[in-house]
Amino acid sequence: MPPTLVIARLTVQETSRRRLILALIILTLIVVGFSAWGFRKITTVTNSSGSTLPPEQVALITSQLLIVVTFMYSGVLALSAAVVAGPLISSEVESGLLLSILARPVRRSEVVVGKWLGLGVLVAIYAAGSAFLEIAAVDWATGYVPPHPVQLVLYVGAEGLALLSLGLLLSTRLSGITGGVIALVAWLMGWIGGVVGDVGTGLQNQAVENVGVFSHLILPTDLLWRGAIYAMEPDAFLATLRAAGTVGRANPFAAVDPPPLPFLAWVVVWFGLMLALSIWSFRTREI
Amino acid sequence: MAAAPQGAAAGLPAIQTVNLSKRFGHTEALVSLSMTVPRGEVFGFLGPNGAGKTTSVKLLLGLLKPTSGEAWLLGRPIGDLQTRRRIGYLPELFRYQGWLSAREVLALHCELAPLPRSSWKDEITSALETVGLTERASDRVGTFSKGMQQRLGLAAALLGEPELVFLDEPTSALDPVGRHDVREIIRGLASRGTAVFLNSHLLSEVEQVCDRVAVVDHGRVIAAGTMDELLSGTAVKVRVTGLDDAGKNKLASFGNIDDEGDQLTFTNLKPDRVPELVAEIVGLGGNVFEVSPRHQTLEDRFLQLLEEEDK
Repeated sequence: MPPTLVIARLTVQETSRRRLILALIILTLIVVGFSAWGFRKITTVTNSSGSTLPPEQVALITSQLLIVVTFMYSGVLALSAAVVAGPLISSEVESGLLLSILARPVRRSEVVVGKWLGLGVLVAIYAAGSAFLEIAAVDWATGYVPPHPVQLVLYVGAEGLALLSLGLLLSTRLSGITGGVIALVAWLMGWIGGVVGDVGTGLQNQAVENVGVFSHLILPTDLLWRGAIYAMEPDAFLATLRAAGTVGRANPFAAVDPPPLPFLAWVVVWFGLMLALSIWSFRTREI
Repeated sequence: MAAAPQGAAAGLPAIQTVNLSKRFGHTEALVSLSMTVPRGEVFGFLGPNGAGKTTSVKLLLGLLKPTSGEAWLLGRPIGDLQTRRRIGYLPELFRYQGWLSAREVLALHCELAPLPRSSWKDEITSALETVGLTERASDRVGTFSKGMQQRLGLAAALLGEPELVFLDEPTSALDPVGRHDVREIIRGLASRGTAVFLNSHLLSEVEQVCDRVAVVDHGRVIAAGTMDELLSGTAVKVRVTGLDDAGKNKLASFGNIDDEGDQLTFTNLKPDRVPELVAEIVGLGGNVFEVSPRHQTLEDRFLQLLEEEDK
């Protein structure tokens, strides 16, 4: 097996042996169970006239609650990716673990790519697995299925992968705690940058709107999150948002359009840049 | 970096360096290290803490980049990926994956080395047996004592019958039995033609197993040679009372003194000066109980060299 895949396998094995995967599975099952119970309640609650809600209203409320629940999942994924990626390389440099590995015929680029791959696989599996379970639970509870479930998984997974890439880059130079904290702050700043951009949209102020655009270019997590929201919104809700004009676009938990294609192309370039920077940074580091 | 300067690959030295230097900011960690370690030789690299020993090993293994100078391992420039297949390395400060068993750690290193999969079982069994970890092979490394981790590190360094092995303080966490075992392992490596580069603070250990040594201080090699060349002098141990510090200072003309209270060791003193020394001590009011000239030990010589370097 090539060294890159050996390192990737080792990364997956480590998270498994350290019971991170088990903890995430248990937590996800608990959240899915509670949310299924909660979503089920939407179909049985009554309005002021004493009757249960019509199917359109159930679908609308469910779609909005699902966005909030997914925000939590994407948060867990982003936090986990940042916290796990932060010490991925730095802790092994500090402990001397990498000394014995790098004395073997292993390139530093293979270590970086291997760790990115290993953790990337876990991020993808978690994004797909948790999304499938949650969507299945919501479908069972309310009969509602978001319009674009595959895109939803891709956007949430890509958001986690973006945080993982940032954490890994920081890990090549900074201690695990520092790198993890910076990645988390960057994620929140990116989200706030997106909100500021929304305010600019609402005010029709180009300069303020550009804050959101720049923050999306520097760290694309927020716009990927907007893509996930778009994938969950029913057509009726989208029509309402569009009818509201710029005001409808100024909402961090709503998206009128999917992320534009040039932006998605930039995300691919961004991933490449982050990996290239990580490799360069680690190759030039003396250990 | 150019190809190795002399000979065919098989006949080339295990290690050759020419003016190898490393600077960290304003600190000279290693200055113009030029040396040759032939194949099959056990080479001791000695020096106090911070002298540049570990830096030298890391430079040779390509973990650090030299500021200037050149070096070759097994005839290939340092940093060459393929050469690392033929090298074993036990780092000074290290930790293995605590969540793996000892056998799994060694399997990982077999895979990265890379060794043919068919040979892994025998390689791992043999390495575990050599370092005395057979019974703990299935235990997680996280439960190992520091000494056991050091044994495991040594086992990893021995995998695949390397042609050159770097051992950076291999016995720092071991008990006397473990140290004896390591000496035997080093002798075994030398007997099968493996060159060993041994960094160690334990001078008696180096003295027992090394063919040649180099002493490094403040990044510079201050002495190098075979044991016979380095330890040609005589040390004189004197057990004496009644001498204060001023009195002891007056004995400086007899060379470097290792002062341990009532026991003074003159680390390099010719035997024919012993009567003169005793007369001087008595003249200073000292009471001499014992005078025993002996061959200089590596520790005597080491202390003498560092003393001279500081002057």
